[in-house]
Amino acid sequence: MKQEIRFRLNGEEVALELRPNEILLEVLRDRLGVRSPKCGCDRGDCGTCTVMIDGRTVRSCLVLAVEVNGRSVTTLEGLMHDGLTPLQKALIERNAYQCGFCAPGMILSASELLAKNPHPDEDEIRKALAGNLCRCTGYSPVIEAVALAGKETGSGGRAS
Amino acid sequence: MKTNTYIGMPAVRIDGKAKVTGAAEFIDDLDFGPDLLYAAIVESPHAHAAINGIDTRGAAQVPGVVRVVTGKDFPFRFGLYMHDRYIFAQDRVRFVGEQVAAVIARDPAAARRAALLVKVDYTELPSILAVDSALAKDAYLIHPELRNYKHVPWFFPAGGTNIAHIRKVRKGDVAKAFRDADAVFEDTYTVPRYAHCAIEVHGAVGLYDNSDRLTVWTASQSPYTQRHLFAEALAPLGLSHKDIRVITPFIGGGFGGKAGVSMEIMGAALATAVKGRPVKVLWSREQEFYNTYQRQGLTARLRVGLKKDGTIVAMDNTLNWDAGAYVEYGANVVNAAGLSASGPYNIPHVSIDSVCIYTNLPPGGPYRGFGYSEFLFGLESHLNEIAKKMHIDPVELRRKNAIREGDILNYGGKMNANGLLEAIDKTAEAIGWGDRKQPADPRKASGKGFALFWKAPAMPPNASSSAVLKFNEDASINILVSGMEIGQGLLTVLAQIAAEVLTVPPEKIRVETPDTDRNPYEWQTVGSHVTWGCGRAVENAAIDAREQIFDLVERALGLPRTSLYLERETVRSRTDASFSLALRDFIIAGIAQRDGSYRGGPVIGRGMFMPEFTSALSDPETSQGGHPNVHYTVGASAVEIEVDRETGKITIPKAVLAVDVGRAINPDLVNGQITGGLVQGIATVLYEDMRFDGKGKLLNPNFTDYKIPTALDIPGEIVPIIIEVPQKDGPFGARGVGEHTMIPAAPMIANAVEDALGIRIRSMPITAEKIILTMEKP
Repeated sequence: MKQEIRFRLNGEEVALELRPNEILLEVLRDRLGVRSPKCGCDRGDCGTCTVMIDGRTVRSCLVLAVEVNGRSVTTLEGLMHDGLTPLQKALIERNAYQCGFCAPGMILSASELLAKNPHPDEDEIRKALAGNLCRCTGYSPVIEAVALAGKETGSGGRAS
Repeated sequence: MKTNTYIGMPAVRIDGKAKVTGAAEFIDDLDFGPDLLYAAIVESPHAHAAINGIDTRGAAQVPGVVRVVTGKDFPFRFGLYMHDRYIFAQDRVRFVGEQVAAVIARDPAAARRAALLVKVDYTELPSILAVDSALAKDAYLIHPELRNYKHVPWFFPAGGTNIAHIRKVRKGDVAKAFRDADAVFEDTYTVPRYAHCAIEVHGAVGLYDNSDRLTVWTASQSPYTQRHLFAEALAPLGLSHKDIRVITPFIGGGFGGKAGVSMEIMGAALATAVKGRPVKVLWSREQEFYNTYQRQGLTARLRVGLKKDGTIVAMDNTLNWDAGAYVEYGANVVNAAGLSASGPYNIPHVSIDSVCIYTNLPPGGPYRGFGYSEFLFGLESHLNEIAKKMHIDPVELRRKNAIREGDILNYGGKMNANGLLEAIDKTAEAIGWGDRKQPADPRKASGKGFALFWKAPAMPPNASSSAVLKFNEDASINILVSGMEIGQGLLTVLAQIAAEVLTVPPEKIRVETPDTDRNPYEWQTVGSHVTWGCGRAVENAAIDAREQIFDLVERALGLPRTSLYLERETVRSRTDASFSLALRDFIIAGIAQRDGSYRGGPVIGRGMFMPEFTSALSDPETSQGGHPNVHYTVGASAVEIEVDRETGKITIPKAVLAVDVGRAINPDLVNGQITGGLVQGIATVLYEDMRFDGKGKLLNPNFTDYKIPTALDIPGEIVPIIIEVPQKDGPFGARGVGEHTMIPAAPMIANAVEDALGIRIRSMPITAEKIILTMEKP
């Protein structure tokens, strides 16, 4: 039995008919063509599917799509309405990512942190990123870039 | 040293923006339209069993199912270095999780449901889950047909046994050297299996269209090797190389796991079963753990003879590798490690047996370090024990025996120029070797550990790279290569190399991931060789383009070509300072003549590189006579740890790694390799290992039970040290660095644990639990 949901996706109104057991990650990727959230484990371990619901990060592989009815969903695409964020610029400048597969999810976690806490210390950054696995970088270049973004701008990311 | 503009510059990655904006597309991001089919794989529940029959009737009746295939549809053997694999199991399964059949359906859920209905009738066979039982006299043969398998000429399978290959090294007179030694030390070290854990899983999409052309999109480090193996494996279907196209978008981490061909063979084969429609095979995280390559387990018995002053005179190592059910790639790990298992030391008398042993565990294969991580754990731990027993400082023992340029390698060749001594000294200084710190917390003990490392690329002697460099109207450049961007920054480094030759800045150069129809040949992106080999091909392509430019200017304008040079995207002349011709003014359109005609046309550079000085032919009993390795990259690493005496938990305030990269084309990217590689190595000793049950089933195929480091689990500080003793045949003196940063991690931590607590742990991993249990031993 299908039901209709309405939500804001990266600032745009979306209406969809779906089955109650459909997973948010699959709906975003396969039905709406938003491909920045990735599937790395399908059980909430790796964080590559991270998106924001009403400004708070969730693992979209563990969320039923019907749960976002009436709410606001933000993916990496939604952070860039005014171009690259200071955080993205710092990540590029610092050569922070290698393969980049974990980047979309991790950038959302870092953006959530910077929205709440514009000048995080290293410990706070590590904690904020701890739910996003990365196998390439050893994390420290990413941590440095987040710190840099916080230092330079006061608010590296925008969360909607 | 000649000053460079772009070489040595910490240039921003040319793929940086794509990766932080989500623009970078990975295999599962590609759109194949509503016609896309999905495959679900029927897997063996047994480690070793005969297949008596397969009943697919129930599965075929599930709505949405298009086709069910089994081994009978593809009775072809294939493999990279030894043809010991089938696309789907034939009459036997040899590990838990092996592919037996596939269901292709219009949606993934239907495929999965139907796969459960495929009935396979098995008779269980004795399963061999450890190397000792595989080597037993009456051991059941995992590959009774071993002696008929096609393999490369440098493998020596022992038909009638479970030994797929032995690499033997015999150098000097080992027996006499041990007799003459003042002291001899022997010990055994063990290393379990490990998983790569790239965050992106493996995937392949195949399309065999109605014009008989096969296109396969894969998450791969090896597009050309894949094309070749697909062509070989599917040759009975009438496919030739020209009809096969492999496209590799960005990959979400490789670490060796996406080299060669593993599950991708199914994407290619299944496409031929559903002609005209694309079919996708995408691994789950569980499958990623149990049915791709795993890092092989190792039992290493090491015997070392020394003079009183600490000079190592003899070494005798036996390395028994748990290579798994199929060794088509893994046997070359065994081979490469065997050639180099004496480490970066000048030892006159060496005997090594590196033995590739079939077991009924998942296939072993390449993993960052290619066998060196495994043997270095034992070797560098053992040398520390020896230093302790001989009352010699462990760093001093290493410095005394460190290999130098011109020293004779195990196969008789000479060691390349290298900065090992500089690496030892700088690492010792950076870690404060000899200074003992007492942690503020009395429950904690601190210790320091040191280890050396070396590694050569393991490549066939004819592994080659090629490049095409195309100028555009505005003198920007597109470079075509099939070296793969696997995160290391290859695209950026290649752009910097071309930039240096052609004086066009890297940001005006685009290098993209391969498509075998468009991009020229590259063997594989493995072995830390592409900056060196593919880099040389790009350098040669850029030089080729530059020479064409000079030829054209001489021909069209009459300036002597020997006077010409490039400067900031402009042709200049040493003899006529007023001459200046911007590349963009002629690079496509040519140079106008007085009569209105033009000279020139689009400039396209072509470059190639093959290390013609290598050879894999040598005496099978001694390994003498060949030249299998192109060069070694060497270095030193050290760590400072704190161990909680009550819980055994280790924290790492500081780690140092010095590596001789020849020339750092992009120091920022080298530092990235050091940081990331060290953390990956540290994880293998502190957190990770694969656990199998008594029936060969992997118990921890997920990130909850196989824990990889998070941002909270990394060292407090990592000090990267770049050493530059040029590699004469490398681009601007560069040699590889990707794997080397991971391989010293395990022994240096083991040595630091010994320093802190006085206990020697001879098996990986070194978990908190193992530390406590070892301390409590009477």
